[in-house]
Amino acid sequence: MQYPEFLKLLFEKTGIQERAIRENGNEIYIAATAGNFRELCLLLHTGFSSPVMLYFAEDNIELRGAYTLYCGFLGKKIKKWIFAVLDIPKESSSFPGISKDVVSAQLFEREIKEMFGLTPAGSPDTRRLRLHDEIWPEGFYPLRKEFIGPVARQSTGKEYIFDRIEGEGVFEVPVGPVHAGIIGPGHFRFSVAGEPIINLELRLGFAHRGAEKLFEGKPAADALRLAECVAGDAAFAHSLAFSLAVEKAAGLEVNEETGINRALCLELERLYNHAGSIGGMAVDVAFSYPSALAAIIKENILRLNERLCKHRYLKGVNGIGCCELIKDKEAGRYFRENLGKIEEDIKLMKKILYSSVSFMDRVDTTGIVHKKTAEDFGVTGLAARAAGIDLDLRSIFPGVYKNTSFEMIKSEKGDALSRLNVRFGEAEVSLRVLGELINKIALNGQICGPVTVKKAGSGLGFAEGWRGPVIYWVNLNKNGVIERCKIVDASFNNWQALALCAPGNIIPDFPVCNKSFDLSYAGGDL
Amino acid sequence: MNNILNIASSRILKGIATEELDLYGAELKTEIQKKFSRSLFIREVDTGSCGACESEIISAGNPVYDIQRFGVDFVASPRHADALLVTGPVSLNMATALKRTYEAMPSPKFVITAGDCALDGGPFKGSYYVEGGAGRIIPVDLHIPGCPPKPLDLMLAILSAVKNLNNKKA
Repeated sequence: MQYPEFLKLLFEKTGIQERAIRENGNEIYIAATAGNFRELCLLLHTGFSSPVMLYFAEDNIELRGAYTLYCGFLGKKIKKWIFAVLDIPKESSSFPGISKDVVSAQLFEREIKEMFGLTPAGSPDTRRLRLHDEIWPEGFYPLRKEFIGPVARQSTGKEYIFDRIEGEGVFEVPVGPVHAGIIGPGHFRFSVAGEPIINLELRLGFAHRGAEKLFEGKPAADALRLAECVAGDAAFAHSLAFSLAVEKAAGLEVNEETGINRALCLELERLYNHAGSIGGMAVDVAFSYPSALAAIIKENILRLNERLCKHRYLKGVNGIGCCELIKDKEAGRYFRENLGKIEEDIKLMKKILYSSVSFMDRVDTTGIVHKKTAEDFGVTGLAARAAGIDLDLRSIFPGVYKNTSFEMIKSEKGDALSRLNVRFGEAEVSLRVLGELINKIALNGQICGPVTVKKAGSGLGFAEGWRGPVIYWVNLNKNGVIERCKIVDASFNNWQALALCAPGNIIPDFPVCNKSFDLSYAGGDL
Repeated sequence: MNNILNIASSRILKGIATEELDLYGAELKTEIQKKFSRSLFIREVDTGSCGACESEIISAGNPVYDIQRFGVDFVASPRHADALLVTGPVSLNMATALKRTYEAMPSPKFVITAGDCALDGGPFKGSYYVEGGAGRIIPVDLHIPGCPPKPLDLMLAILSAVKNLNNKKA
């Protein structure tokens, strides 16, 4: 839907008037009332065919005696982020929930409930998400400004209820939180009859570290280092999204060189992780030869990262208003030379995998996520593109990608093979784009240092990380200190896709499904 | 399929840390042979790390470092482990799991923490939902600093932990 058409519908259907709309660059905020919030969200959801991209509350009790709710959608065609905004007065402890009609809102509403003590009325799932009942007592809401933690850990006495499948021969297989591999913590509950999985439910939150609260009260530059530790294998995407949010909030423009450097790092991060994920799928079917090759490719890219950014995981290279790479002649030569090798190795790995019938048999039609399911649950990023959804922030907001040969890679079937195809396709595109970007850097050579922000404002920052969109919304006070920081990693909603793709598959194929998404525990749990 | 040999000779052999790696690797192998007669089994537990430490621990086992050839193996169960390698600031949700994993290991056993988070919470220190380091839950013998520690750092730390074993137990 185009914007004027949407506005017409908006005024007609909800009675919202033009003065309720506030624009901030590519962000549009529409103020709603408790009466029309639901209707507005539904209109945004269907009108722009967007899932809920981010949905959060902010404590404005001191400022104006209310909690403010922001429910954000992405208008792909109009290239805008549109938020429904609702003030919930201090006295009220609930708000009109939308997750009954908009499934992609469900996890966000559970999050808002436990973090702010605000109940989404009509929400079908009222369970805690990250603050587990076993250790966190009732009545402590971490993201309220007045929050003081409980003195001791204490159970609420409630048990976490898993969906129960009953019948003759049905049994449950609990897995985790400590898994057999070298990997993050999470609990998977399989219901199985014979070999096939009937139901899979994930209980996450084991890696919850209270990241959003820790951002509060920190100057932007300090908080940037924290953003890099939210999800360590997507450190740069998080750092980038955060710095963009701060720059937007402070009205800071960065030069083209910085933009190119950042795109370069973002693609390097995508490349080493895609190599790692592909290798992981080979490991999970005990195909050691390509997995060893993948490990070599990944190691080479990590070393390339270190040579260019002084850090194997690209931590510390990005700043507010700047992103400096090491750009001596030698580094440039090293970069080009290695890029060529990496390209050769990836081609070889693809050849080995795709010519193995037994490998293809394991991934083809395994772990299917249908397009409709993915749309409903707000699946984003690579997993969405593999299911046929056009969603890549790099093509909606191209920035420096505009002058490169970047193209969005898509597949249709939504199975593990589709995700593998998209991964290989994206790795090829990244290699090509990296080659083009490094040539642009050689031409320029400005150096700019980090900028200290001392300005109030709010803004949205986002980056298409290797898993999918990483989105930050920040609110700064007049000293440039963070008042509120909302983080959405693609893993948050995409974990649901893993649970949904499992039924019908056998448990031994679950690792393949899992690795085909390769989601972050830390990024989802915050 | 002779390609992997080509890759090996053209890529991994002229790595940055090859000489150091072989030198310390040999020492590690000798020490492990001395103390364990065969090999050292490590169980890794992530208590809420960002994932970078895990990535580096996995890297230590890639064909470039190949820590297995020096007698270090990462195992799937604490029941099989001689040592516990802990990452992450210990999220409240993971405290019990960490304790139980430690208790499930047979004695004698030792514990290594890896990464700044596992020492005292690192960047997550002071959060409402972290314990602030594995040392608050189980006894820790050695810490490896870094965000994340590189594969060679991990190897050196394991070497120093194994070296110290006799001093402690004697």
